[in-house]
Amino acid sequence: MQLKTEEIEDIVLIEIQEERMDAHNSGTFKEQMLALFDEGKCKLIIDLSAVRFVDSSGLGALVSGFKNASAREGSLKLCGLQPQVRSMFELTRLHRVFEIFVSVDEAQESF
Amino acid sequence: MSETVEVYITIPNQTRYLGLIGRIGEDLVHSLGRYTGDREVLAYHLNLVLTEAITNAICHANENDPNKQIQIQISATEEALSIKVFDEGEGFDLAKRQLGDMRETDECGRGIHIIRRLMDQVNYRRSDNRNVLEMVKKLH
Repeated sequence: MQLKTEEIEDIVLIEIQEERMDAHNSGTFKEQMLALFDEGKCKLIIDLSAVRFVDSSGLGALVSGFKNASAREGSLKLCGLQPQVRSMFELTRLHRVFEIFVSVDEAQESF
Repeated sequence: MSETVEVYITIPNQTRYLGLIGRIGEDLVHSLGRYTGDREVLAYHLNLVLTEAITNAICHANENDPNKQIQIQISATEEALSIKVFDEGEGFDLAKRQLGDMRETDECGRGIHIIRRLMDQVNYRRSDNRNVLEMVKKLH
């Protein structure tokens, strides 16, 4: 999956540069997050502002990252959700699991 | 006379075609004649339902076998959208896929739940030598 990553002190900002997150690319995304966890990086902000479409596989990859970050006493926070993407979190009740912020700055300040 | 649009598509058993089918579904909704609801929402939902149903067929029913195929039939009238996704696998038990069995932090299992939430009728059955997942959404 096309990502742009930036490290801000001990936080990794991951900007997803794909319009779709689905079963075709979410497996790779899980592996990309696992590589960061293996390097000891466990405070992640995922910027979804470029993502127009997410399916259950994309949500599953984010849940995987969330669980891995939490298990390492870190966290995975989301920001920049387009309205239809936000509605997917509500449909599946995952908005109760994730911390969701409007902007990268807000997510960063919450750490 | 009521207009009917029917689209038949066959794709290899590969997830790389999901985006293509999703776009076809969205374009179909935007071309519907008399739909008075929110087209953007309906287009997104059709994209999503097609993506979930085809992913399910590729990964669970056809078990990622590259030699198998998926057939998709989309039928749109002024009254309803009807989708059929055919797979060549052993099938699965739709009744066992309930959100009630899931924890919020499970990574898999949301696809069928999403389809059930967005469509008015969902049915999975054996038909000749293959399986078909049938989904209907009423438009009024």
